[in-house]
Amino acid sequence: MSFTPGQPVTAVVQRIEIQKLRHGDNLILGFSIGGGIDQDPGQNPFSEDKTDKGIYVTRISTGGPAEDAGLRMGDKIMQVNGWDMTMVTHDQARKRLTKKNEDVVRLLVTRRSLEDAVKNSMSRP
Amino acid sequence: MDTESTHSGYSYHSSRSGRSNRHGDRSRERHKASSKDSVRSERSVVINPPDSPSQESPVHNGEPLPGEPIPGGEQGDEAQDDNWGETTTAVTGTSELSISQEDVVGLGKEIQDRTQGFRRYLPVAVGLCVGLLMVATPLVFLLLPVVMWPDRLQACGTACEGLFLSISFKLLILLVAIWALFIRQSRASLPRVCVYRAFLTTLTLLLTMSYWLFYGVRILDAQDEDYHGIVQFAVSLVDSQLFVHYLAVVLLELRHLQPCYSVCVMRSTDGETRHYNIGQLSIQKAALSILEYYYRDFPLHNPALLSASKHRAAKHLAGLKVYNVDTPGSTAGAQPSNGNQSRAMVTAAGKRKDSAHNELYYEEADYERRVRKRRARLVVAVEEAFTHVRRMKKEDERATPSDIMDVREAALAIFPSMARALQKYLRTTRRQHCHSMESIQKHLGFCLINNMSPKAFLEAYLAPGPTLQYGPERWMADQWTLVSEASVTSGIKEGTEFLLKCLDFTLAVSIKGIPYIRLTEEYIDPKSHKFILLLQSETSV
Repeated sequence: MSFTPGQPVTAVVQRIEIQKLRHGDNLILGFSIGGGIDQDPGQNPFSEDKTDKGIYVTRISTGGPAEDAGLRMGDKIMQVNGWDMTMVTHDQARKRLTKKNEDVVRLLVTRRSLEDAVKNSMSRP
Repeated sequence: MDTESTHSGYSYHSSRSGRSNRHGDRSRERHKASSKDSVRSERSVVINPPDSPSQESPVHNGEPLPGEPIPGGEQGDEAQDDNWGETTTAVTGTSELSISQEDVVGLGKEIQDRTQGFRRYLPVAVGLCVGLLMVATPLVFLLLPVVMWPDRLQACGTACEGLFLSISFKLLILLVAIWALFIRQSRASLPRVCVYRAFLTTLTLLLTMSYWLFYGVRILDAQDEDYHGIVQFAVSLVDSQLFVHYLAVVLLELRHLQPCYSVCVMRSTDGETRHYNIGQLSIQKAALSILEYYYRDFPLHNPALLSASKHRAAKHLAGLKVYNVDTPGSTAGAQPSNGNQSRAMVTAAGKRKDSAHNELYYEEADYERRVRKRRARLVVAVEEAFTHVRRMKKEDERATPSDIMDVREAALAIFPSMARALQKYLRTTRRQHCHSMESIQKHLGFCLINNMSPKAFLEAYLAPGPTLQYGPERWMADQWTLVSEASVTSGIKEGTEFLLKCLDFTLAVSIKGIPYIRLTEEYIDPKSHKFILLLQSETSV
């Protein structure tokens, strides 16, 4: 999940599709995000690299659509519906996730356990 | 004496110190021969009164002072009020020729001989003579032609009058300047003559001599008639003298004002250390200013506080018993075994002294507690005593006259209630010999007059003050000897070390240079102070 400037970012990602839930007048997804290029990366408890300014999932409401779809706390969101999330401001990320005319969001998320799993499977003969 | 010491070689020094020592011996015998009283009255102002505790205080607690065969009475001779910076002849040579047996033995016992009084006034006398010579010479230059060949002299008009005015004012300025710089009470007598003073005196005398020479040859012999030229000659002399005086100011006063060395002064008995910054001085002048700082900054030397460590050392030594098994003149083979035996003794004693540090720890803790308890009692007693007296106000004027007291009576009235607590506290901290009853009462009167709080009154007794605060009979530091490997008129350098010895302790002085500081500048545009707020927000989607 660390990146070197100037090199393309490579990561092992998981596709997660979340159906938005109608809650009163709003469509909610059931999780909270933190991070962004305008935020302080040193205070992010989930990132491995403390200079990583990506968008992270900080909270998942129990029983919500995000938890059902398989999103976990501490996941880093790499793409939302094809839009890149690695170099966006916090507000831009929020807007991309809460578009009113979209019913479903398709996320590409990455987490440490995915990389470990791939590494383990590769090393096993 | 000026010209003698300018070429101070080591061999010369030995003869000089030998001479002064012999003189000292002779005067010592003279002292013993004549009655002590006459000598005492001749020189001193305040000497040890018979009941003063200072000389019989803890120093003489059964421990003899090292190298001190002179009885306490004669020691009082040196406790003169106006002598604090006095130094005695220094033993500073490094060649073996210069240190004779006499010098080594006489180090701790040197007493002032009669020439000391002469030495004190010598710089002032020399300054006075040279100054008078300086001021008189131009006047003589001007007067001689008028006296010797007045008829042949060409009168000169306004130009000469202008020159007369300028000569008179310059001479006045020169007189005041010489008085300010040279005719001063010398505050110390140093072992050797200041090099710069000698140089300046020589320069001035040389200047004057050359002017006299020219005057004598060109004007007196030739009986020059041009008075204008003679006056201009005199004016040029006064100008040169003023410039020499300027040089004197720069060399003697200004040069050592800028600090370039950092000095570390450590007292040998209790390790009190202070650091000072001084400028470029000769070793003896540096020693003088360090001694002045010593009297201002160092707390009073208290020999009573050192007895504890001496007891410990004595006990440790008593535990070691080294027996000499070998007979004198034994073979070389037997020597190493003796050495081994003593080493074994030392390690055995070392194991036994495991309890010494324990003892020390508990002793010190106990002492701390005792001091704090006494201090608490003292503070309460003093505060209570101070509540009994207050300044007389308007309405008290009608009170009975027996109640109205002046300061001394008021102090005497409240003193007894706190006297016991104060005495006990001073005994616990072993400072009872520093304060006499009269001094305490005097201090109490002083505090009452100036409306001080009880805490202010107590501060003088809770901590040892600087040496100068106490009278000269308590200093235990009257005569100082400068012990140095380099010549004392040489300038101080990085790494110079010397000792200032007095009877009870020494001050070890070591000198380091102040580092060369490279300062660069960095300009910050005031408009560049801009900030962004770093948030950590969490949005739920």
